[in-house]
Amino acid sequence: MSMKTVNFTINGEAKSVQAESRQLLVHCIRETLGLTGTHVGCETSHCGACTIHLDGEPVKSCTMFAVQAEGKSLTTVEGLAIGGTLNPVQEGFWEEHGLQCGFCTPGMMMTATALLRTVNEPTETEIREAISGNLCRCTGYVNIVKAIQYAQRKMHATPAPEAVLQGGD
Amino acid sequence: MIPASFEYVVAHSLEETVGLLAKHGSDAKILSGGMSLIPAMKLRLAQPVFIVDVNGVSGLEYIREEHGELRIGAMTREAALERSSLVKHGYPILFETAKVIADPLVRNRATIGGNLAHADPANDHPATMLALGATIVAHGPHGDRLIPIDEFFPSFFASALEPDEVLTEIRIPAPSVRSGGAYIKFERKVGDYAIAAVAVNLTLDDHDTCIAARIGLTNVTDVPARATSAEASLVGHRITEQAIADASRLAAHESDPKSDLRGSAEYKRDLVRVLAGRAIGRAVSRARGGSH
Repeated sequence: MSMKTVNFTINGEAKSVQAESRQLLVHCIRETLGLTGTHVGCETSHCGACTIHLDGEPVKSCTMFAVQAEGKSLTTVEGLAIGGTLNPVQEGFWEEHGLQCGFCTPGMMMTATALLRTVNEPTETEIREAISGNLCRCTGYVNIVKAIQYAQRKMHATPAPEAVLQGGD
Repeated sequence: MIPASFEYVVAHSLEETVGLLAKHGSDAKILSGGMSLIPAMKLRLAQPVFIVDVNGVSGLEYIREEHGELRIGAMTREAALERSSLVKHGYPILFETAKVIADPLVRNRATIGGNLAHADPANDHPATMLALGATIVAHGPHGDRLIPIDEFFPSFFASALEPDEVLTEIRIPAPSVRSGGAYIKFERKVGDYAIAAVAVNLTLDDHDTCIAARIGLTNVTDVPARATSAEASLVGHRITEQAIADASRLAAHESDPKSDLRGSAEYKRDLVRVLAGRAIGRAVSRARGGSH
């Protein structure tokens, strides 16, 4: 089996890893780099538990090969909090009880963070559409939507919203 | 869920891509968005020996109108089609199609070229491109070759691309006056393939007589196909409720769905009838200048 060297940035840190061509990106993140916040749910591109940011866009890391990350900037859930301070989305999930078992939460928060970076004031429908590729089997989504709305309010109540929503490069 | 081993190469130009395809023949597979290929590889339904990643080829992501056509680069992501105001306002049928493919996360990676080249009758773009009368641009060792969409899906899960050709562009005729299109998909949940979907594109004259109509079907035929007798029943007639009902019945008759987890063949055929009626109605409304 041939190994390739893959260079990328993850959560702001430059990394160089060895990966077999067929290794999925999520396995590289979890097993090679030890960043186990990114979850493997269905491994069939359905559930979104493995969502990360690839050059700022939310994607399913179980449906990419690690070698495809060459030269890219990745962010995982570990990269959302800055200096121990939760980002507004994480805080929203905490405050609004946006999780129960927590398995889908990392993917949900990655998708929500990307949404709030691109859409200033998403409607509830837009929020629900944005997270339609992330499955939750506990909450019924109600509190997840509230958590994202909390983050949105928090960002707008802060003088420099673009400075607040860091993470996701 | 671990794919079989393969050799991986990133191509940086079309020439390099075609050279690699020519060298490795049917062992090679192009990786664009990977949203169909990688799941198939994980299930070992596909076991390519050699992967040519075309994400390194620049200049294949664009949406622009020129020479009386909408031209879309093959590597254009579905998310880019959704965000394009040109697509949203000028080609609502295409907007509706991109919007219902898989889910938003998948659409950030999935490409229009991959969706077509995969030639899956369950994919959404084939029916819409059949309705729009699109042309596929294939690049091979001897340059570009234009393939009419009607000739692009010769058999089950096969496209008209030669092993050493790569799909580079999709060309859609600019809409004529008083034309309109619609794509309506019925799915069990976001992210699933269609139980059935119908794409309609038609043109009316000043007296509301239909002068052109094309109808494409999703996931109810072995290969992406048109409902030609339904089309023929519309052309030359005013689009009355009766005409829509007749055409919808013909479209259902022309579909050939299989019973599976998504429903019985009988159910799906009737669904084609219902969706065809709605899609024709919406297309007519758009042709008359309405937005819905």
